[in-house]
Amino acid sequence: MSAEPAFPIFPHRHLLGIAGLSYPDIETLLDRADTDVDVSRQREKKKSVLRGRTQINLFFEASTRTQASFELAGKRLGADVMNMSVASSSVKKGETLIDTAMTLNAMRPDILIIRHAAAGAAALLARKVGCSVINAGDGAHEHPTQALLDALTIRRAKGSIGGLTVAICGDILHSRVARSNIILLNTMGARVRVVGPSTLMPAAIEQMGAEVFTSMKDGLKDADVVMMLRLQRERMAQALVPSVREYFRHYGLDAAKLALAKPDALVMHPGPMNRGVEIASEIADGPQSVIEEQVEMGVAVRMAIIEALLDARKNEAD
Amino acid sequence: MQSPYSGTAVYRNARIVDPSRGVDEIGTLFVVDGKIAAAGARALNQGAPEGADVRDCTGLTIVPGLVDTRVFIGEPGGEHRETIASASAAAAAGGVTSLVMMPDTDPVIDDVALVEFVLRTARETAKTRIFPAAAITKGLKGSEMTEIGILLDAGAVMFTDGRQTIANAAVMRNAMRYARDFGAVIAHETQDANLSDGGVMNEGLFASWLGFSGIPREAELLPLERDLRLAALTGANYHAAKISTAMSADVIRAARDRGLAVSAGVSINHLSLNETDIGEYRTFFKLSPPLRHEDDRRAMVEALKDGTIDVIVSSHDPQDVDTKRLPFSESADGAVGVETMLSAGLRLVHNGDVSLSRLIEAMSTAPAKLIGIEAGTLAPGAAADFAIVDLDMPWVLDAEALHSRSKNTAFDGARFSGRVTETVVAGNRVYSA
Repeated sequence: MSAEPAFPIFPHRHLLGIAGLSYPDIETLLDRADTDVDVSRQREKKKSVLRGRTQINLFFEASTRTQASFELAGKRLGADVMNMSVASSSVKKGETLIDTAMTLNAMRPDILIIRHAAAGAAALLARKVGCSVINAGDGAHEHPTQALLDALTIRRAKGSIGGLTVAICGDILHSRVARSNIILLNTMGARVRVVGPSTLMPAAIEQMGAEVFTSMKDGLKDADVVMMLRLQRERMAQALVPSVREYFRHYGLDAAKLALAKPDALVMHPGPMNRGVEIASEIADGPQSVIEEQVEMGVAVRMAIIEALLDARKNEAD
Repeated sequence: MQSPYSGTAVYRNARIVDPSRGVDEIGTLFVVDGKIAAAGARALNQGAPEGADVRDCTGLTIVPGLVDTRVFIGEPGGEHRETIASASAAAAAGGVTSLVMMPDTDPVIDDVALVEFVLRTARETAKTRIFPAAAITKGLKGSEMTEIGILLDAGAVMFTDGRQTIANAAVMRNAMRYARDFGAVIAHETQDANLSDGGVMNEGLFASWLGFSGIPREAELLPLERDLRLAALTGANYHAAKISTAMSADVIRAARDRGLAVSAGVSINHLSLNETDIGEYRTFFKLSPPLRHEDDRRAMVEALKDGTIDVIVSSHDPQDVDTKRLPFSESADGAVGVETMLSAGLRLVHNGDVSLSRLIEAMSTAPAKLIGIEAGTLAPGAAADFAIVDLDMPWVLDAEALHSRSKNTAFDGARFSGRVTETVVAGNRVYSA
């Protein structure tokens, strides 16, 4: 075994959300993830800490990217990883989430990664199974690993998160990424802004720990980080925004709007992007974009959280 | 239901609370052949007649049997959730001696045959009195009116589309006009289907953090305001069946001030609980209308105190595990409650929000008056329907011990002070703790 720095024990059984994590919890995960970035950049990208452990990826919503990221993370730690895309199988036969969970639980996994369209699905699952659960996105509730990978990306680029001004832009209402990020960034001492039309803001957003802006001009002014969110096309049908053309003109990130932020502002996007809807191609591919780096950090952060949850020292303490 | 008990029973030294006569005093309840002969301090000064069944009720309280005007039952069509017999057993255990069954069955109670089915099944299997409510519109579809006159003659006591809100103002207006000619009560739950679309709980900060679209208070308010205007236009006997927000109470108060004879109900859940009880996605707290903010709950208590709200209902809605053991947004609305309504209501009495007499008025006397049945009173000559209550008995609710076939209670593990010890219908003991 290589001599690893001993990280403090992560004092949680599951990762269901950023809510409930403390500043040191997050710092420790990011420190761990930093070492996993190094692992991923080696020729031999494999650790053996989780040899013999089983990870099941249970994806009720299709998500190639997140699922692949979790799969790679588990494999690089040496775990056996199984993918279940339930979107296409037993749910259609009327099996409930809890039935599926009980079935999988009987296979004695060590960790379950769940993505589900219903808010609270990960918490429901966690109450019913005997292993650790990671929420890979539940409805519009939380997507904690996305917020952690965003934090790692920011910390590596800026040195620290505290004191930065971060503008989260677009469809806040339907975004689990926005909720997780608002909580995490506040915990880490950043100033959080949300920017978008009122129709895409959740009720009582002004009480959620963010300054609210309805114009990009005001919202992006002097920002250190600009985080764009994906706009689903169905929002037009719901009469929340009138058209792609109007949305892009007022809320899409282009060079003119980005110029209002600090010159060294980072441009981020959780993916997948709608080029020409919420972000212009030249910006997505431009020098301030760290969108590809976010994907790389995703694997490292997921390695860190899986390892932290399955830390052998925790089992000894049981 | 059993035929009236023949014989004489005397309940001595009880606290007799009878809001129909303004009585709250220590005294005697005297029952002869299934009817109240006398109740109060001056009843039976001469002593009990020979051969009477004499009971000492020192420390206990006797109230008129509760009348619950909003109970959902699964028979016909959903007997695995609840039957008329199981609902009546649950009612009896909660001190409820008369209940109004909602028309949301399968098939819907929109036809005389269904009204007769309910009354016959109740006669044969129920411990308590069961009164069917009939649908306002056929199939609860909100378009064609039911045969209100014939349904009334058959025994329907009120007209309601149950969980559904009639969206079409013209249909509502005509139903109100037509029902008025027959003196029929129109009871309506209001929730605008478009404004509440996609919402699963009260709109606000808590829903936003949980990641849910909310149901704004205005979804209840807008059709309610429309109905109040239509009630003024038509002179209908309109009952706002289940309000949940401070704004709704305000518009009813204002309508009354304008001289409109409308009435309002609230569920015991909205007097007892608020949105934060949902906690981490607990589906037994998913109700319709949704549990609201604590400010709204307080406003419901105030409206009960000042008389804006006339009636408390359980809104008993049995759901089984298939419909509740799901992610919150996918689970069904509703909670059982007929068995716990009085105990939950007594919390408001114990903490000084309302008097016992006011609570019993809203759970018994007023609902009996609303649907025009002879109940909700201990006046001489009335049917001997009453509950004996130990107001201070501490107990903890165990969902598995409920008499209802479904255990989806919002009060599992709740600590209560006060419990029904005995329920009597037409002089017969139908429940004893």
